[in-house]
Amino acid sequence: MKGDFLIKNAKLVDGRGVHGTADVLIGEGRILSLSGGEAPTVLDATGMILSPGFFDPHAHLREPGQEVKEDLQSGLTAAARGGYTDIVSMPNTTPVVDNAEIVAALKKKAAQIKQARLHPAAALTQGQEGKVLSEAHLLQAAGAVMLTDDGKTNEDAGVLAQGLLYAASWGLVVSVHAEDAGLRRNGVMNEGEVSFRLGLPGNTSYAESARIARDLEVVRYVRDRLANKVSARGLLHIQHLSTKRGLELIRQAKQEGLPITTEVGPHHLTLTDEALNGLNPIYKVAPPLRTQSDVEALIEGLLDGSIDCIGTDHAPHTQDEKELDLLRAPFGIPSLEVCWPLLYSELVEKRGFPLAVLVARFTDGPRRILGFPPLHLEEGAEASLVLWDPRSQRPVEPQTFASKAKFSPWAGWQLKGWPVCTLVEGRRVFALE
Amino acid sequence: MSETATPSFPKHLLDFRDWSRRQVESLLETAQMMQEVLARPVKKVPALTGFTVATVFFEPSTRTRISFELAARRMSADVVSFSGTTSSTVKGETYRDTLRTLDQMGIDAYILRTDAAGVPYQAHSWLHKPVINAGDGWRAHPTQALLDAFTLREKLGSLEGKKIAIVGDILHSRVARSNAELLPMLGATVVACGPAPLLPGSLPGATLTTSLREALYEADAVMVLRLQKERMEKGLPPSLPEYIAAYQVNRERLGWARPGAPLLHPGPMNRDVELEGTLADSPQSLVERQVANGQAVRMAVLYHVLVGKS
Repeated sequence: MKGDFLIKNAKLVDGRGVHGTADVLIGEGRILSLSGGEAPTVLDATGMILSPGFFDPHAHLREPGQEVKEDLQSGLTAAARGGYTDIVSMPNTTPVVDNAEIVAALKKKAAQIKQARLHPAAALTQGQEGKVLSEAHLLQAAGAVMLTDDGKTNEDAGVLAQGLLYAASWGLVVSVHAEDAGLRRNGVMNEGEVSFRLGLPGNTSYAESARIARDLEVVRYVRDRLANKVSARGLLHIQHLSTKRGLELIRQAKQEGLPITTEVGPHHLTLTDEALNGLNPIYKVAPPLRTQSDVEALIEGLLDGSIDCIGTDHAPHTQDEKELDLLRAPFGIPSLEVCWPLLYSELVEKRGFPLAVLVARFTDGPRRILGFPPLHLEEGAEASLVLWDPRSQRPVEPQTFASKAKFSPWAGWQLKGWPVCTLVEGRRVFALE
Repeated sequence: MSETATPSFPKHLLDFRDWSRRQVESLLETAQMMQEVLARPVKKVPALTGFTVATVFFEPSTRTRISFELAARRMSADVVSFSGTTSSTVKGETYRDTLRTLDQMGIDAYILRTDAAGVPYQAHSWLHKPVINAGDGWRAHPTQALLDAFTLREKLGSLEGKKIAIVGDILHSRVARSNAELLPMLGATVVACGPAPLLPGSLPGATLTTSLREALYEADAVMVLRLQKERMEKGLPPSLPEYIAAYQVNRERLGWARPGAPLLHPGPMNRDVELEGTLADSPQSLVERQVANGQAVRMAVLYHVLVGKS
């Protein structure tokens, strides 16, 4: 059999489990064979692992309007370097992504860039103002895969309910930033011993759980209203979970069969509010870094499936902005390029977290939430893949990021598992020099 | 003189994280010497001749700035001052840009005040020069705590085993935080008191209580904090009469403390709000003494970060 590209001796790990080694022949954008063949380009992948391409359900690419922080070119390149073949971009841009023309323009431009594939999320409400619903049908037709007022917190439960009902008509998932604005106040970090000591305005973990509790009731209502009229895959997706209590509520609701999903970010799995002790705004994220007990709970939730997937919440900013003081510096950190090696090193290598489960949370989990079929390593499957090296070890060096945001809370951390090569439909979009 | 008799000092005063009890005590001894300088007819020594000190206040404060500037001048330092409101950062000029610009002009030490916690730390890492924190947000105001400790020691002698009550808006108070850090270092116990929405969930170095009676009971000294108007506007507490009824330190309540317990207030004061007005002028009040001592303490701090043994 003839193909374009042969990856020899790669160990295969996908969301179903860890498989043996194989010679993977790729051609016509697909996996042609797992038992070798002829190809003009051959890569010896002895010791390396081949997985389905990672899928990020939550990244900020800042285009249109904030290209000084990131644009499609830098963001999608960063994604490919991080092993991502697909990413969902958030709509809180300038202007807001709330009409079909912007979605279509983003899709068109991303296709020309030929890096990771872009799946735009569009605003749930026009202008993300939380008042009038967006045109879900037209947005979906233009390529939007999710509706969200991310960044805004959907204060009006009635609007959220209407949005969920309407989005369900088109099979679109709605995702929310679950934080009660009244409880959060102007908090810049987790409210607790550290914030009290540092004298920084705190954001209580109950701001998250209180809002999740409300949203779960809204989902119950919408489910009952929909009855069997629409197949509700998952109605509501709760973004970047950060608290143990929030997780408990979600776990309980899932056991009850409520159609909800959730994600967790790499920072909430590896850092705590103690990181703010040095008073460095680099650690300022929303929701904030919580406590070790929250971190432990989230890892447990990731393992037992209460948490469906990893979302990077890649949120690039300029260096100047991040060097403002803790009150004024913006929330967010870039993470597309380190997410996989970080979690492989910190969870799998250090804690013995099952590798196949982590791969599933990077691949099957997000795909299922968005209605994409699972991608497994088998003959005939789409060749959107990542080859990564569990032995390679090197430090995080933000100045080498493809992202325009060249800072990182993990700078200097020695990580393993760096991606070596990323393929989108059989085309190499990243190969380590 | 043996080495242990003259402890080395950090070349900055951001808070007390890098300071030991010995270093603080030695600094307070220097302040005592500075007090003697201030009692002379010619209140000037040449200790800092040739050094240039900048007061950089991104948050307005006349009293603290004058206190620092006089302290520097009395030791013959050149002083420049920069006032920036927070709007300068909104307009795009960052703290870093402002400080780096100033740094091109040969500044030797910075006295920095901001409304945001942590900026003095950032400044220290950008400039690699002595930085003295003159108040950062709700977090720290170390020279205020030093002058409070100095004033208390003048009155009470040692602080060992003494109970100091701090009353008011603890949650938003850098004075409370710095005192809760410093006074226990010097052997005192600190009880911080206020209505629950104005108390943090925890504060290292202090016991927290909502009961004024419990806080003041047998206190050796009482420190009253200013109630800020903007908190009132946010409904914390719900009204002035409500706050006065529950938490104003008045003559009757001061009786719960030890007889003659000194009364402190970092100023500026809302007379008859957090403190019964006439108490501020009573013999128990150390309010004016605090201001006078502030200068001596700040002279000692400047001396140690600029020419003290490192």
